[in-house]
Amino acid sequence: MIETDIIIIGAGPVGLFTVFEAGLLKLRCHLIDSLAQPGGQLTEIYPKKPIYDIPGYPTVDAGELIDNLMKQIDPFKPEFTLGESAVTIDETEDNQYIVTTNKGTQHKAPVVMIAGGLGVFEPRKPPVDNLEAFEDKGVEYIIKDPAFYQGKKVVVAGGGDSALDWSIYLVKNNIASELSLVHRRNSFRGHLDSVQQVMDLAAEGKLNLITEAEVVGIEGDGHVQSVTIEHERDGRFTKEADHFVPLFGLKPSLGPIGEWGLEIEKSAIVVDTRDYSTNRPGIYAIGDVNHYEGKLKLILCGFHEGTIAVQSAFARIHPDKKNVLKYTTVNGVNGF
Amino acid sequence: MEDNIITIHIIDREGVTHDLEAPTDMNMNVMEVCKSYELPVEGRCGGMAMCATCQCYLESDTDLPEQSDAELDMLDEAFFVKPNSRLGCQLHISDELDGIVLRLAPEGN
Repeated sequence: MIETDIIIIGAGPVGLFTVFEAGLLKLRCHLIDSLAQPGGQLTEIYPKKPIYDIPGYPTVDAGELIDNLMKQIDPFKPEFTLGESAVTIDETEDNQYIVTTNKGTQHKAPVVMIAGGLGVFEPRKPPVDNLEAFEDKGVEYIIKDPAFYQGKKVVVAGGGDSALDWSIYLVKNNIASELSLVHRRNSFRGHLDSVQQVMDLAAEGKLNLITEAEVVGIEGDGHVQSVTIEHERDGRFTKEADHFVPLFGLKPSLGPIGEWGLEIEKSAIVVDTRDYSTNRPGIYAIGDVNHYEGKLKLILCGFHEGTIAVQSAFARIHPDKKNVLKYTTVNGVNGF
Repeated sequence: MEDNIITIHIIDREGVTHDLEAPTDMNMNVMEVCKSYELPVEGRCGGMAMCATCQCYLESDTDLPEQSDAELDMLDEAFFVKPNSRLGCQLHISDELDGIVLRLAPEGN
């Protein structure tokens, strides 16, 4: 069990800067993030995009801002659980929280700060009525182990690199006994080389390429047995399948945190603006993940929110200790 | 057209048309205008053409600028896409958009 003063869920810019402000109050932090590296959206989605509204920086690339934040918080020795997402939260008898990840890693602290931004990235699910009923019964959104598809009839849907590359892999390695790739348009925007390989495999009769079509239904008794495909001109037809694998990229979602008993409005966590606390004592929400009247989803506002929230967290962690605001210009930064 | 104000017509998911006045001098896009009028447009990614929650269908013969690669890439992976699909966040409010009619695409992206 990892123990700390503050568990921060989300290692984006706001979560990272909160480590600094907590460190000034001698509070230790441990960050959990579903991505493999710190930085959240900034490193994952737009590391090279310039940001113009960070005070003191006329312009700074998103990735550079994260590098700087990592340097800034280094004296406070933050610890990370990366590549794992926070799934459950349990309150202990001594008013602490245990946050457990999808891989079972447990973290314990008196305070939890949710700095989850847009949330965790989940697969985008196509609007097929009974799709969810077949999840793990022949419908998979991620190919974890290609061998799982050995000798199976597989229908892949999507037109991006992921759909193309997995289709090629499952055919070229003689894994799927039959592979159909269904795409809404008759052209692909994936990597040119991948598109060519798919076209070649289709021409050789090794891959069923079904374009200008969408999967609109799934049939089966307890497991996928076929899918219904609607073609723009030819109408609907049924295709035998053991697996349906829609690969339409990822979308952010609040995820399991939405089930933690926190007040939610507009897909965000409602907070008290006096200290950015939620309706559960000791759980705070800062940055893009929270909601209040006048909320602005800006990094600089998240920095402010984290700063205010750690003051309140200090009072919860050390109810008997006095705390006064200290300036870094007077005291410098005294790390751990 | 008043100075720096155009009107855009948004048909919501119930079929109701909303005539929205939009400023051309505030560097806004259609997604942001819809949100400012509290229409049910999520705009989850903030306007980076990365979520398609602001997808709408062009229903007027308004001449629009060509779609960027980013917009085409997103629409390629989005759901409920039609030939007249556009991302609201990629439509910048300018005089050319005066009178445009856009219908909100279904939720679920």
